[in-house]
Amino acid sequence: MKVLFFGISKDIVGKSEMEISDFTKKPTVNDLKKYLKVEFPEFSKLTSFAVAVNSEYAKDDVSLERNDEIAVIPPVSGG
Amino acid sequence: MNKKIVEIVDAIDTSQVYAELSHPHSGGICVFVGTVREFTNKEEVVALEFETYKSMAIKELHKIADEACEKWQLNAVVLRHAVGAKNVEEPVVVVGASSAHRSECFEACRFLIDTLKERVPIWKKEIFKNKSVWVSAHP
Repeated sequence: MKVLFFGISKDIVGKSEMEISDFTKKPTVNDLKKYLKVEFPEFSKLTSFAVAVNSEYAKDDVSLERNDEIAVIPPVSGG
Repeated sequence: MNKKIVEIVDAIDTSQVYAELSHPHSGGICVFVGTVREFTNKEEVVALEFETYKSMAIKELHKIADEACEKWQLNAVVLRHAVGAKNVEEPVVVVGASSAHRSECFEACRFLIDTLKERVPIWKKEIFKNKSVWVSAHP
């Protein structure tokens, strides 16, 4: 599944989009967050980070479908 | 029917907003403009760089405009944010509302900018002389 990265999360993974296929069963938002913290320990140092599914903030228990647009949302700082 | 303008742009023209918020049923217009400040914690900022997840940002901006129109009787609402590199004194965000009387548009304007800063997926990087920092990323 394809995941988009913005702001500091893009710097952490070194690219703006990444294909992740390491999950054995259908992952949830929480599974993706855990995966990122293991693969890229810098994620644990952030104030927080959210995941958006189809451009809406998604709760931890939401399942991720292969065709969803998934994005990592680090702490926002507009304005 | 109220007027709603939501945009992510490369550069902000602050002279547009009066005409956008002007409305025959309004007796007041309140506007907030966010600009690039020269110093953060006494350190000189060279520029700010803004990045967005545009499709989601537009969705969130629309939700904020709709929420404001539910809370207050507003005739027009504007939420516009710039992206890219911005220098000291340049405008980066303009929000505003117009209403029959001033109290509604004052309250709505504060809500618009506060909620934008809380929820809209836009990220700001402060560029100093010898380093750059993503704002709010770390505790």
